[in-house]
Amino acid sequence: MTSQAPESVAPTVRVEHLTVVRGRARAVDDVSFELGAGTLVGLLGPSGCGKTTLMRSLVGTQVVSSGTVALLGEPAGSMRLRDQVGYVTQVPSVYGDLTVRENLSYFATILGASSEAIESVLAEVDLCDHAASMVGRLSGGEKARVSLATAILGSPSVLVLDEPTVGLDPLLRRNLWALFHRLAAAGTTLLVSSHVMDEAERCERLLLMRDGRILADTTPAGLLSSTASGDFESAFVALIEGDIPDEREVPTAGEERA
Amino acid sequence: MTWRRMRATAGRVLRQLRHDPRTVALLVAVPSVLMGLLAWILHGRGHDFDTLGPQLLGIFPLIVMFLVTSVATLRERTGGTLERLLTMPMGKADFVLGYAIAFGLAAIVQALVVSGLCFGPYGMTVRGAAWLVVVVAVLDALLGTALGLSVSALATTEFQAVQFMPAFILPQLLLCGIIVPRAELPTVLHWVSYLLPMSYAVDATQQLSTHAAITTQFLVDVTVVGGFLVVALALGTTTLRRRTP
Repeated sequence: MTSQAPESVAPTVRVEHLTVVRGRARAVDDVSFELGAGTLVGLLGPSGCGKTTLMRSLVGTQVVSSGTVALLGEPAGSMRLRDQVGYVTQVPSVYGDLTVRENLSYFATILGASSEAIESVLAEVDLCDHAASMVGRLSGGEKARVSLATAILGSPSVLVLDEPTVGLDPLLRRNLWALFHRLAAAGTTLLVSSHVMDEAERCERLLLMRDGRILADTTPAGLLSSTASGDFESAFVALIEGDIPDEREVPTAGEERA
Repeated sequence: MTWRRMRATAGRVLRQLRHDPRTVALLVAVPSVLMGLLAWILHGRGHDFDTLGPQLLGIFPLIVMFLVTSVATLRERTGGTLERLLTMPMGKADFVLGYAIAFGLAAIVQALVVSGLCFGPYGMTVRGAAWLVVVVAVLDALLGTALGLSVSALATTEFQAVQFMPAFILPQLLLCGIIVPRAELPTVLHWVSYLLPMSYAVDATQQLSTHAAITTQFLVDVTVVGGFLVVALALGTTTLRRRTP
């Protein structure tokens, strides 16, 4: 795959006026943003705000209503992106009735990754001791790490991680964020979602989402200073309260309004 | 479509089976016990077992494989592993044929054990070649796998998937000629029976039990079953969706 050497000017991810209608709701509503190579971007917002739908649109598993999504200059989901984009779903999508190593070696074959890659991702997610364990018998956090290990097996250029640190103990969470930073430093573009606002401080850049829209595209420091808040939780609240007056067309039933 | 991914998928499915010895035991034991029961029921009734035995020898594996495959693929859909695989460089045909290979191998083991018991201790005899009965049984099991793969796309829950068995298989069982010979069915049903794969599967074994030599009808039957198999696999491939709403 030499054809996809990212040019320094072109963004790795370009989303333009993306709208996804699911049922009668606009799960993603006219969203546009760009991500450069080697950045670690947090996608934060309450659950149900459209984070997962947006992420599924990036990896090309979501039927979109309008707008465009391009990664590495190719439309999302196209053939040439399939070994370039890693995706971790919220619920660990690995085989519970196989061991950790059997899972990884299967996905490695599909991705064309080497057996050394299996050993190195096992170390990266700290699962060497569990390599021979059945995934179904692991704890939720361990399963999540098997799922993450699968996604980084093929050394993808873009990693889309849907709530990868939910329910993990603080030490492990810190280790995983350290891993995300290492991957970003090595040139991988990461979009990491979370509904826990405290995770904002670990990102280089933040996309704050609510009701299918991007409320703010900022940095952790920028968010705190623009809202004059001491913590991210209250900064987000301040942002929402500031957003309500200039709400534009109110696309869905306004149950959020008092 | 690559052989490497297909083989990896087949190997993975077999590995999953190996970790689930009870399912493997059931795959082999259930048709074995059922055929033994049939032999016992028909004991002392002349050649009834020789007539009915080979027909059911093809039908039991079809039903078992249909169920196992539709549940297995539904699990891939609901567990998110299918979605993940389809974001990877994985062909839809790699997935479907990987399953067909894995369950095909399981079907061969199943057919060998069950027909070994039938032709041995159960005392079943056919005029034609016994090994051809095994071949037809494997073909039927593969057809069950292929039908399970294509039908599972219609199911969104396990409850639905399990009910597709009576919905898709039992009508075929009623019309395939075991209960009433197909030629004696009411005209409309007789014509409908021509559209159902199980009619040909059952007729193929009937040809083997009544003719010493390979008949033209047997070859036609086997070809039609093979045709249904290919169509069902193709259908199973087209029902996989990379993008979902």
